[in-house]
Amino acid sequence: MSVIRTVNLVKIYSGGAVPVPAVRGVDLRVEAGEFVAVMGPSGSGKSTLVHMLGGLDARTSGEIWLDEKRVDTLSESAWALLRRKKIGFVFQFFNLVANMTVADNVELPALLAGAAPKDARERREHLLGALNLADRADSAPGQLSGGEQQRVALARALANQPSVLLADEPTGNLDSRNTRDVLRLLSDVHKEGQTIVMVTHDARVAGLADRLVSLFDGEIVDDGRITRRRTGTAGEVIDLR
Amino acid sequence: MRLHLLALLAKEPAHGYELKQALEQTFGSAYPSPNIGQIYVTLGRLEKDGLVRAVDVEQSNRPNKKVYYLTTKGREILTVWVDEPTEGPRVRDEFFMKLVLAPLTGIADRMALISRQRRHYLGLMSDLNDLLARTEPDDRVAILLIEGAMLHLQADLDWLERCQEDLA
Ligand SMILES: Nc1ncnc2c1ncn2[C@@H]1O[C@H](COP(=O)(O)OP(=O)(O)OP(=O)(O)O)[C@@H](O)[C@H]1O
Ligand SMILES: [Mg+2]
Repeated sequence: MSVIRTVNLVKIYSGGAVPVPAVRGVDLRVEAGEFVAVMGPSGSGKSTLVHMLGGLDARTSGEIWLDEKRVDTLSESAWALLRRKKIGFVFQFFNLVANMTVADNVELPALLAGAAPKDARERREHLLGALNLADRADSAPGQLSGGEQQRVALARALANQPSVLLADEPTGNLDSRNTRDVLRLLSDVHKEGQTIVMVTHDARVAGLADRLVSLFDGEIVDDGRITRRRTGTAGEVIDLR
Repeated sequence: MRLHLLALLAKEPAHGYELKQALEQTFGSAYPSPNIGQIYVTLGRLEKDGLVRAVDVEQSNRPNKKVYYLTTKGREILTVWVDEPTEGPRVRDEFFMKLVLAPLTGIADRMALISRQRRHYLGLMSDLNDLLARTEPDDRVAILLIEGAMLHLQADLDWLERCQEDLA
């Protein structure tokens, strides 16, 4: 079953002096459980594409289907409802609620989606623990570093076990230690069947994906599997000479 | 392997099997499992070139074993090797040659070449991710080696993107 399907999806920003075609006819199909990495140069339309998939930006033309239901025609309030239930979103510039604690930021989406308070709390504790943030639970987002806020945003997006996790550069602000925590969590939820569509410049993150979609000038120029081949110890895999 | 063995012998004289063990201890899984036969062949050549000297040590109820010492000439060669700057890995790039020359051959378009290469690099990265997950945290030399390879790959990918922006 396709979790996401787009048909000739187009986005033209027409607010400025000249219209900007940001996404130009994208046909994309993402199957349940797939991990798709989206890469491409700056300005190639990556953010615009995932924003449309999450209903955060209206499409200009074309179709978007989510869990086999057409969604591009939904009203804003219907989208909001759908997002609570089915979509976890991590923004390129994390959007945390400033006047709520880290714990509440993560728990809220699950509660809004109708989870039992006890389940929501357990899930929050698990996610914050996995991202090495347990001791920041009672802080306000403003007291956190960029990398910490980024991880909270990821925990929040995963809180209600969405049909699809949409993420836009979720490791942009992380150092290597924190990236490792994020990599492990992503790899774990993917193994549990989480569908993921992720924009990233970070090759380590993209290396977790099953499939790579390359965007260029608003179009898909490549779409194919990432194949693994070599096994062995470090000394066998990496040529020391 | 010549210079690696010289470096180990600079610390103390040793016989072939001890050198194998020392390589394993120093590098952990970062060294492609040193083969004892290869070590003896290398030691033989080093001896012929005058970089090491072998001394027979008698053993009760066993054949004599050879213990190897570093010679003065061996130490000089080793010092030169350690002292001189090391060539970086990105001095020659086969893919770049393909990319620049491809349109002349009429075979492939650059966009396709870049896309395929990007997926190839990510496949390698994926192997490294697995490798890192499988490597014991106390195998520190191996972990550094893997992290180094990952950073190189990241640079290759960033550079591929630059090529795509400018050439494709
Ligand atoms: N709100 C907007 N109004 C007008 N143009 C926009 C708007 N948002 C994005 N664009 C333009 O659309 C194009 C695609 O932008 P987008 O943010 O999707 O790129 P991106 O691939 O995510 O880049 P980056 O890697 O820098 O994040 C760019 O040319 C950008 O300038
Ligand atoms: Mg973007």
